[in-house]
Amino acid sequence: MLREVRFRDDKDFSGCSIFGMMNVRGERFNGEPMITAIANMKERSNGLGGGFAAYGIYPQYAELYCFHMMYDDRGAREETEEFFKSRFDVEGAEVIPTRPCEGVDDPPLLWRYFLRPRESLVCSEREADDFVVQAVMHINVRIEGAFVFSSGKNMGVFKGVGFPEDIGRFFRLEDYEGYTWVAHGRFPTNTQGWWGGAHPFNILDWSVVHNGEISSYGINRRYLEMFGYICTLHTDTEVIAYGVDLLLRKHGLTVEDMARVFAAPLWTEIDRMPPREREVHTALRQTYGSLLLNGPFSIIISNRSQMIGLTDRIRLRPLVAGRSGEFMYISSEEAPIHLVDDGLQETWIPQGGEPIIAELAEKMEEIETKGAEVISLPASDSA
Amino acid sequence: MKIDVDHHAGLPGVFMRVDGRVKINARHLHYRELNNMIKGAASEGVEEIVVENVFGQRYIGSGIRRPVRIVIHGVPGNDLGAFMDGPRITVDRNAQDGVGNTMNSGLIVVHGRAGDIVAMGMRGGRIFIRDGVGYRAAIHMKEYRKLRPVLVIGGDTQDFLGEYMAGGLVIVLGLKGGKGKRSRFRARHIGTGMHGGLIFLRGEIEEHQLGKEAVAVPATQEDKELIRPFVEEYAGYFAADAASIMGSDFLKIYARSHRPFGGLYAY
Repeated sequence: MLREVRFRDDKDFSGCSIFGMMNVRGERFNGEPMITAIANMKERSNGLGGGFAAYGIYPQYAELYCFHMMYDDRGAREETEEFFKSRFDVEGAEVIPTRPCEGVDDPPLLWRYFLRPRESLVCSEREADDFVVQAVMHINVRIEGAFVFSSGKNMGVFKGVGFPEDIGRFFRLEDYEGYTWVAHGRFPTNTQGWWGGAHPFNILDWSVVHNGEISSYGINRRYLEMFGYICTLHTDTEVIAYGVDLLLRKHGLTVEDMARVFAAPLWTEIDRMPPREREVHTALRQTYGSLLLNGPFSIIISNRSQMIGLTDRIRLRPLVAGRSGEFMYISSEEAPIHLVDDGLQETWIPQGGEPIIAELAEKMEEIETKGAEVISLPASDSA
Repeated sequence: MKIDVDHHAGLPGVFMRVDGRVKINARHLHYRELNNMIKGAASEGVEEIVVENVFGQRYIGSGIRRPVRIVIHGVPGNDLGAFMDGPRITVDRNAQDGVGNTMNSGLIVVHGRAGDIVAMGMRGGRIFIRDGVGYRAAIHMKEYRKLRPVLVIGGDTQDFLGEYMAGGLVIVLGLKGGKGKRSRFRARHIGTGMHGGLIFLRGEIEEHQLGKEAVAVPATQEDKELIRPFVEEYAGYFAADAASIMGSDFLKIYARSHRPFGGLYAY
């Protein structure tokens, strides 16, 4: 599809921008502050990609998987819809609303579907998740000109080629309300800019935005292939999204242990740890050595209840965290946090390789039924 | 819920003159527009430029060769004071990455924290940060004859302090500030690749926190006299107690060799 279309890259010197904002009480807000924040870091992107992920935007369909699709043409759409009908109950199908926007050219056909895996094909929820991952892989690999760019429940990714603020206006993000949003402004360094290659990268309700370069892409990719994840998006960040899904959802690691895999401490540091900790780190490095992310990165990983910031172990890309009452922020730069939040209480810079974890204070069910009492704000993350 | 994203309204770019001072509202200004206004005012010989609603505009103070005072309200963007030659900048909130990049002379005072690579390649002048800083502070800082840059950090630093440092003076006071209490420095790889200059740390570190190319010894009374004027200057800006700071023990960190990599490629 648009993989074949190359966009101008005039080799300005910069880096990507990432920004995440979560209301820990699950109160939903529209995309306006996200557009303001990511536009404030315009110098970090070059118009070759921008995107957003928003959680809590489809409460009326919270039980259904929402597929956001890019199509080259009608043929790809029809083939994909046939595939959906063979495996899912299609509860809704519509064009994703957009508006013409200067700086956003030649979009693919953009559709979304609300899907329920056919009952006769899956029994458990866990099985349903695997079923959906397989469906995503099938479409991305087998159906020419069709791409799934979002496949979670009650969430959606909106992305394309352009500056992120233009992409946000193009997708009318002021009309959506979510409790967690992440955004990305792209400055592609090693791969071309194309619609599917914009961030966030998503699988189920995991999304990843990334600033940096994963030089271990080849090793990570081959490792993930053994578990059925096939990288098709021509961008290093894709391996992080699948790696997160493998470690957290399928293998049940904690976020902290995932950070120890992606940004493992140097062996000299592991040698100085107390015996128990040393054993854990050694076991993780031995088991998941092929998922170590080499090269500079700062990332925000999000799902329905968490927003996680992480950098490489020697912090070759920037990351700032902030807190203000019920809001948590993670950003490439500090200024946009101050810009969208006048009552900012504190900001801090995490140590390289140590995750910042923002978590919803309430249980998911309570958020979906709303009106619940506020339990408490999460305890302070140590940075 | 509705979030008001524009707390900092007012007319963007308004430029006001008030008795020899110029006031600029930086909201909605791109860094090029803002810096052109600042440079224009500086070239007219204005004594003080007050810039309000700064949110991430880069390169403020860059390339100005006059001793103008620039007062920043807000969070200036990366490379604050890069290549600066003379101005005196104060910032009332935190600063981002690259404060004083290759700065030649002048003064930067930040009433908050700074990000990574503070004083990168700095050649002269003074920088005072009230709280802590991020990674790689003073990376490749240098000195030449009478030009000797000084960086004073009130809080602590993250890893790679003084990496490839070639000259100049860095003073880290380890005062409580920023997040968390700390009894000792946590930074690793201090002075990696260092081949000149001096770092003074108030507090202790363990051997493994030091890079191979650096040596740490307790500072003598004579050493401490070298840093006293700068500690006093810091105390003046941020109302700290200079006498009590100077009463504590410091470590002096210097380069093991002036040519640590001399034998690496040429022999």
